[in-house]
Amino acid sequence: MTALAVVAEARRRTRRRPRGKHLSVLGWVAAVVLAVVALLAVFGPLLVTVDPNAVDLGNAFADPSAGHPLGQDASGRDLFSRLLSGARTSLVGPLLVVVVSTLLGTGLALAAVWVGGWFDTAVARVVDAVFAFPGLLLAILATSIFGTGLQAAIIALSISYTPYIARIVRGAALRERSLPYIAALRVQGLRGTAISLRHILPNIAGLIFANATLSFGFALIDLAALSFIGLGVQAPTADWGAMVGTGMAGIQQLEPQEALWASLLIVITVAAANSLGDELVKRSEARA
Amino acid sequence: MSAASPKAALHTLRFLGGRIGGLLVTLLASSFVVFGALYLAPGSPITFLTHGRSMTPDAIAQINEQYHFDEPFLLQYVRWLGGILQGDFGRSILYKDSVGSLLGQRIGTTVALIALSALLVALIGLGIGIFSGLKPGIASSALMGVSTAAMAVPTFVAAVVLTLVFAVELGWFPVFGVGEGPVDMLYHLILPAFALALASIAFVARLSQAAIRQEITADHVQTAISRGFPYGVVVRRHVLRNASLPVLTVLGLTLAGMISGTVVVEQVFQLNGLGSLLVSSVQQKDFPVVQAICLVYVAAFIVLNTVIDLAYSVLDPRVSVGGGKS
Repeated sequence: MTALAVVAEARRRTRRRPRGKHLSVLGWVAAVVLAVVALLAVFGPLLVTVDPNAVDLGNAFADPSAGHPLGQDASGRDLFSRLLSGARTSLVGPLLVVVVSTLLGTGLALAAVWVGGWFDTAVARVVDAVFAFPGLLLAILATSIFGTGLQAAIIALSISYTPYIARIVRGAALRERSLPYIAALRVQGLRGTAISLRHILPNIAGLIFANATLSFGFALIDLAALSFIGLGVQAPTADWGAMVGTGMAGIQQLEPQEALWASLLIVITVAAANSLGDELVKRSEARA
Repeated sequence: MSAASPKAALHTLRFLGGRIGGLLVTLLASSFVVFGALYLAPGSPITFLTHGRSMTPDAIAQINEQYHFDEPFLLQYVRWLGGILQGDFGRSILYKDSVGSLLGQRIGTTVALIALSALLVALIGLGIGIFSGLKPGIASSALMGVSTAAMAVPTFVAAVVLTLVFAVELGWFPVFGVGEGPVDMLYHLILPAFALALASIAFVARLSQAAIRQEITADHVQTAISRGFPYGVVVRRHVLRNASLPVLTVLGLTLAGMISGTVVVEQVFQLNGLGSLLVSSVQQKDFPVVQAICLVYVAAFIVLNTVIDLAYSVLDPRVSVGGGKS
C-alpha cells in the first residue's frame, strides 16, 4: 500500500501543468488500452473456442499452430484461450478492490469532514493504523485464515486500500468545505448529508476517479502477485498472475511463452492504468 | 532549529515522544490484528490450528498451553505478546520446533536481500537521476522513458524475466538458491536483489531527476552561478543538498515497501528466507509461523517508516520539531 502513497507523492512533485482541454496522446493510448482490456474481460471468455483447461500432454510447449495461435503450455493447454479466459479472473478482482475501497474511503472521509471533531480524529487514527499494514501482507494473512483464493484476498486488499482514498478525499473535501458556496448552502438550511453528497462529492468526483484509476494498477499487481505465489486463484482456473507462476517451470527449459505472454498483458494493463491515472490526477489537481 | 534554549529542547522532546508514542500504538494495534485473526477463522481456534491433522493429546495440550485457550481473550493476547517480547514466538505445528529458531535461521537471507536491494536503489537510482537531472538530452530522456516503463513492471515479472535472460539464457547468474559462504551468497543474491529493486530504482531515478531540475532553476542557484562560483561547487552545495530531502524520504519509503516484495522474490529464486517460509507456512497451515512472520514484517515496516520520519525532520529544520517558527 505504501507504494501507492509514495508514487502519488512523487507525482505531485514531478507534475507538469497539463495543457489543453483534452487528454494527451499517451493518455488516449492508455484509455484505449484499458477499454480493450475491459472488453476482453467482458467478452473474452465467450470468444474462447478451445477449452482452456483441455490437457494434451503429447503437445507440451508446442509452438504456435493453426488451432493454437500462441502455442501450448506445459500440459499442452491452449495458451490463447487461457489468456482470454484469464482476463476476467485477472481484472474483476482489482476492479472489486477499487470499487469497494473507493466507496468505503469516500464515505468515511466525507462523514469525517462533515461531522468533524472527535469523529474526524478517530477516523484519522484508524486510517493511519490500517495504513501501517502492507496490503500484500494483509492479503496473505487473510488467505491463511480463510483459505486460498481470491475472496479473502479481495476483502483484505479493499480494507488496506481504503486509507489511501480516504486521505485524498478528506483533504479535497476539507478544501471544498471552506469555500463560500458551502456556507451559502448552509444558510439556506440544507442538511450536511445533502451538501456532502449533492455538492461536495460532484466537485471532487474527478479527483476520486483519477485516484481510483491509479489504485487499479496497484490492486492488479497485488492480486496477480498473490496468485503467482500460489495463494490466489487456484489451478486449473486461468489467471494472468497464476500463469506467470506456472510458466516458471517452462522458464528453466527455455520455453518461456506462457510466463512472457501473461507478464506482457499484466505490464501493459498496469502501465495503461498508471499513465491514465497519472494524467487524470494532474488534471484534477490543476483544476483545484 | 535546535537552539540551545530549554523551550526548544522541550519541543524536541515532545516531538520525539509523540512519534515514539505513535509508533508504539501502531505496533500494538497491528499485533492485535495479527493475533485476533486467529479468532476470525471459521470453527474454534484449536480446530483451526490443528486443521484436521491427527494429533496426539499431548500435542493438542501443548498448543492449548501455548495459546492459553482456557483463559479470556484479552489475557491470551497479553500472554502471547508478552512471550514475543521475551523472544518466545511459540512452537511450529509442522516442524515441532520453536518458531523463534526457525525465524533465526532464515532472517539473515531476507535482511541481506533487502540490504543489497537498498544499495542498488541508492547507487543506480540516484546515479541515473543525478545524471539525467544535470545533463538534459537524448540520453537522459531515454533513461526517464525506460524508468517510467519499469515502474509498471511488478516484482514477480521482473524476477521471472531476469531469471530467463541472465540465469537461463546467458548463464551469468545461478537460477536459484543462496550458495555457500558469504561471497557465494552475495553472487546468488544479485539477481533477486535487482528484481526486488527494479521498480524502486526507476522510481527514485525519476524523482531525483525532477528534484534536481527543480533546484537547478531556482533563484539561489542561478545567483550562485552568476556570481561565478565553480559549477561543481554549486551543484554539490546548492542543488544536490536541497534536492536530497524529498529523495531521501522516498528512498526510505520504497525500502519499507520492498519488505513485502521479498515474499515474491524469495519464492522465485527459492531463497530460504522469511518470505518463502511465510508462503509455505500458509500453504501447509502452520499458523504460529504465519503469525510470527507477519508480525516481524509489519513491525519492521512500521519501525522503518518512523525512522524515516524522524530522519526527515532532523535533516529539514522546516519540518518543525514542535511549534517553532520556520
